[in-house]
Amino acid sequence: MAPHDLRRPFKRAAISDQQKRRELSLLRQAQNRRDAQQQARCLASSILSLQSPVPESEPEPEQPDIDLETAIEAEQESGASSKDLDVRRASKLRGPEVRKWFARQLMLPEWMIDVPDRLSQDWYVLARPSGKRCFVVSSNGTTVSRLRNGSILHHFPSALPAGAKTRDGSGSAQSYCILDCIFHELDQTYYVIDVVCWNGYSLYDCTAEFRFYWLNSKLEESGACSPPSYYHKYRFSAVPVYNCDQNGLYTAYTGVVPYAKDGLLFYNKHAHYQTGNTPLVLVWKDENCSQYVIDTDSKGEIPSQQQVVLELQDNGKLATSDDPPVVFGCLDADMIQQSGLDSGNLLRFAISDGGLSFSDGKLEKADLNYLGKSNRARAFADSYSKILFQYTVRHSPLKIDDLLASINSPDDQENKSCDMEMAG
Amino acid sequence: MEVTQVLLNAQSIDGALRTNAEENLKQFQEQNLPSFLLSLSGELANEEKPVETRKLAGLILKNALDAKEQHRKFELVQRWLSLDANAKSQIKACLLKTLSSPVSDARSTASQVVAKVAGIELPQKQWPELIGSLLSNIHQLPAHAKQATLETLGYLCEEVSPDVIDQDQVNKILTAVVQGMSGSEGNTDVRLAATRALYNALGFAQANFSNDMERDYIMRVVCEATLSPEVRIRQAAFECLVSISSTYYDKLAPYIQDIFNITAKAVKEDEEPVALQAVEFWSSICDEEIDILEEYGGDFSGDSDIPCFYFIKQALPALVPMLLETLLKQEEDQDQDEVAWNIAMAGGTCLGLVARTVGDDIVPLVVPFVEENIAKPDWRQREAATYAFGSILEGPSPEKLIPLVNVALSFMLSALTKDPNSHVKDTTAWTLGRIFEFLHGSATASPIFTPANCQQIVTVLLQSMKDTPNVAEKACGALYFLAQGYEDVGPSSPLTPFFQEIVQSLLTVTHREDAGESRLRTAAYETLNEVVRCSTDETAPLVLQLVPVIMLELHNTLEGQKLSSDEREKQSDLQGLLCGCLQVIIQKLGSSEPTKYVFMQYADQIMGLFLRVFACRSATVHEEAMLAIGALAYTTGPDFAKYMPEFYRYLEMGLQNFEEYQVCAVTVGVVGDISRALEDKIVPYCDGIMTQLLKNLSSNQLHRSVKPPIFSCFGDIALAVGEYFEKYLMWAMSALQRAAELSTHTAGDDEMTEYTNSLRNGILEAYSGIFQGFKNSPKTQLLIPYAPHILQFLDGIYMEKDMDDVVMKTAIGVLGDLADTLGSHAGSLIQQSLSSKDFLNECLSSEDHMIKESAEWAKLAISRAISV
Repeated sequence: MAPHDLRRPFKRAAISDQQKRRELSLLRQAQNRRDAQQQARCLASSILSLQSPVPESEPEPEQPDIDLETAIEAEQESGASSKDLDVRRASKLRGPEVRKWFARQLMLPEWMIDVPDRLSQDWYVLARPSGKRCFVVSSNGTTVSRLRNGSILHHFPSALPAGAKTRDGSGSAQSYCILDCIFHELDQTYYVIDVVCWNGYSLYDCTAEFRFYWLNSKLEESGACSPPSYYHKYRFSAVPVYNCDQNGLYTAYTGVVPYAKDGLLFYNKHAHYQTGNTPLVLVWKDENCSQYVIDTDSKGEIPSQQQVVLELQDNGKLATSDDPPVVFGCLDADMIQQSGLDSGNLLRFAISDGGLSFSDGKLEKADLNYLGKSNRARAFADSYSKILFQYTVRHSPLKIDDLLASINSPDDQENKSCDMEMAG
Repeated sequence: MEVTQVLLNAQSIDGALRTNAEENLKQFQEQNLPSFLLSLSGELANEEKPVETRKLAGLILKNALDAKEQHRKFELVQRWLSLDANAKSQIKACLLKTLSSPVSDARSTASQVVAKVAGIELPQKQWPELIGSLLSNIHQLPAHAKQATLETLGYLCEEVSPDVIDQDQVNKILTAVVQGMSGSEGNTDVRLAATRALYNALGFAQANFSNDMERDYIMRVVCEATLSPEVRIRQAAFECLVSISSTYYDKLAPYIQDIFNITAKAVKEDEEPVALQAVEFWSSICDEEIDILEEYGGDFSGDSDIPCFYFIKQALPALVPMLLETLLKQEEDQDQDEVAWNIAMAGGTCLGLVARTVGDDIVPLVVPFVEENIAKPDWRQREAATYAFGSILEGPSPEKLIPLVNVALSFMLSALTKDPNSHVKDTTAWTLGRIFEFLHGSATASPIFTPANCQQIVTVLLQSMKDTPNVAEKACGALYFLAQGYEDVGPSSPLTPFFQEIVQSLLTVTHREDAGESRLRTAAYETLNEVVRCSTDETAPLVLQLVPVIMLELHNTLEGQKLSSDEREKQSDLQGLLCGCLQVIIQKLGSSEPTKYVFMQYADQIMGLFLRVFACRSATVHEEAMLAIGALAYTTGPDFAKYMPEFYRYLEMGLQNFEEYQVCAVTVGVVGDISRALEDKIVPYCDGIMTQLLKNLSSNQLHRSVKPPIFSCFGDIALAVGEYFEKYLMWAMSALQRAAELSTHTAGDDEMTEYTNSLRNGILEAYSGIFQGFKNSPKTQLLIPYAPHILQFLDGIYMEKDMDDVVMKTAIGVLGDLADTLGSHAGSLIQQSLSSKDFLNECLSSEDHMIKESAEWAKLAISRAISV
């Protein structure tokens, strides 16, 4: 047995540069693998898809104004031609395309025309801020807010993840957020009413219960609720959300909030974020919680007769924006030809004295009076629930007491939830 | 067969005779193994045979029982175990008989073979009588047989693991060995054999070291042996003390004062081999205490399995003067001798370790020595003073050291240029390097490198790069750490004004005639690499200019024709350095968009050069060029596809290189790079790559450390090609499943746990990649049958409670990926799984940011899957 060698490294760095190169390579590879995986995770199956319009229905590319009718047509013709597109690719779209795309991404509440079952168990309520409904997208170190019609409201730095180019460069390239907000002019604050994506992770297929939980814990943590600063131009604020029991409903209805209210929003706890109209989010208002209960005309005055906007279909039928559409009446071919109307046009009507008549809870007849084409800025026809809500407001409104009473009523305690239809 | 003659011929100087003999032996072995081994053992045991043939017979026997390569070793073990029992017992009888041969070479060979057989048989509970018969011999045999028996026991302890031998036999072995060591043993050879045997037997003595009386006895005998008149016994006894210092650190307190006295005496007056072991004892104690204190993590509330006894701190006032004394015993020209190791070097190294162990306390003990000697006419004193200063620069706080450095710096700079002694200059340059390594950086409060002295520092270092190779190499090293200090400097570096000059000087060094000495060329390229790595945007244009320069250098290495094997090796080393340098440059320039864009104009040419380097076929270059190609693939992205037709065969060669497993591992990493770069354009090459990777996994020849990266690579490929991976799914999943079953539980030591965790991580990364790759495809249902097993694997490793942070992060991510891709199919499975919920909650509340982030993703994906 020979003596054991005990030489130690002398005047030598402990690590060789080759080993260092190997290790740095491994480090880079691990980082790249993480990025690739992170990117894959964020390209969630659930992320919005852009259904690109079929070529013949495409508008002239130079058209500067956004033509939402086309967008709607495209939506209706969707199917085989659809191709998946995630939000980051969408953010690379330019001009009208991007506006068109964003215009279709908001979840739109139906109007509450009767009280849903299990209100106190399955629903949240919140006092909706009055202001501009918009989508706020933070990505690549900047934040953009877009109105319902897709046009840009603000372009600004924010403390949202990936929302500003700060020195620490937090958040990877894949990181982005999409928030459903209402911009409140008076205090220049974005009130967040829902979250669609947070830090790259899609929340589309999550329940409202989960989304609100996520929003509450993350928004505060991000620093986005802090007062404005150089890297954070507008303040964000979460809107208090209550369980829709007596207390919650009463608090939402009467409670003092830092913003002007525009009605109450009701969210079904189990509903996913679904773009377009949904009966799983409802809006309700009366004079106590909103300045705008009855629709006004372009001069801001309440017309003597209720006005509605309906879409002219191929067969001359006049339909709402619902899916499937509800038909309110029909124009004859002569009239269409004389007035130079095309299918797809949005037309304005007044509801005359004959009003709306129902049978078995279904619309039977509407006494409509043609006024003309609607304002070009209009994106959609009215929804059935909106027309009905406005109609009842003028005739026999659904009152807050009715809502409160329904929570107390024994009916509500019965288990009818098996009838509930989920959106997912 | 007349084996003696064949064995003699096998050692003949006549090449033809030799080859013929080797062929004969090979045939004999193949035709009749038992008879072959039997005649070899007979030859070894036969006292009539010449000593050379007996030795060779023993050596061939030994090689028939053991090999370096794991798989070969395994084969040999199986072969021996299945050998005819009768033959085996005859062979063993011959071996034992040889232990009492009067011929020392025969005994010594036999004792090694006995240990090899024991190493195979004892773990199988065979040859139970071996230890008993060895021990019974000890008391009866003549001295030479006793010596051989002790030697055999020593080898045996080296071969078999302690749990194979029961405590009763351990006690007997130790008793025999320690008795053989003691002063009552009159025969020096026996005493030496016993002392060396104890060295190997120490690992068996856990129980005995816990018993105060037995430990006292062993320690007393070892300490006595350090005073033996025979130098080899003293040396072997100190080796035992060194081994005890690390194995039984926590049992040393009662003896440390005595040991200090013994070691101090040895360092002062004993012969160098003994003195070196005595110093090593204290270095080893430092290693232990540094480890323990690191585990405390700086604050003393933390716990370690072993308490720190602060032996070094207590011995400090006596230990430091003893070590300083050794520094003055330098040998002339030790710096030019790569294998030199003497008392001055050992003492200096130990002093550095002491500084790391005690920190600030060492400073006042060393400073007077430095001050007294640094300016003396005798170079030994100047060098010792400089070395002492250099060795305490790691350990003590910057607050304590920086004032000293500020005083010393200009003296050092002037010594580096003006001292007449090369040895002093070497140590001075090394000390400057240590100053930059430990006390300099963009974040330090009081910088060493200031506007006032920066010009002088750079000038002196560049000047020294023209000095003798050993001094120039240290100067390069100093520059390396000077650059490293500005690693995270931000947009502007104080080195920017000197960048051009530094690069130019380093390139000049690489062309020195004598750059092959003292690692100088390597050091110059390594420094160039670090200067590039730590450069900022300001100097990006200069780094770009470096690309064609290094390319030309690489091109020049390809020109030489008909090289001798020596020249070929030099060419290959140089290509390795140049490919390494290009790798660093590519990674640097590829990391920002504007420079990447400009760099891309060179991509075709660089790739062409790499391919030509491959064509030269040399393993080291292969690896460096492979690493560089990985960086290039990452930088070029999908464009890399155009190089694939030509590159592919080298990729395959790399994956097949089992012998140099580093090359194989690096190539596996490059497959990952290429997958990410090419995405689905890698499809045409997938059949070949996947086949090779699966082959590698099932091979027992491939070093195990390559297996985890191969699994990760499955994930990379799956993520790149998406549902196309279906083709390999069944094979990949079954390999993963097998590995998962093996790695659910960890068994063994820390090293094994670490390996198991890296294996788990690879497996989990594969699952992640596969799930994410299949997401959104109509074929996700193909994955459903695998989900229960994967969840079971996650449950299993969660229950084991020994995941490291990396595995935890990957594992919780897989849970999310599974939910994300399988949606409602996964929801119920996850809800049924034993521990998903606990695991998720534990990760959600983790302090580790990465684990938490992955857990939040998983929570989200699961909540979606469940709510659908």
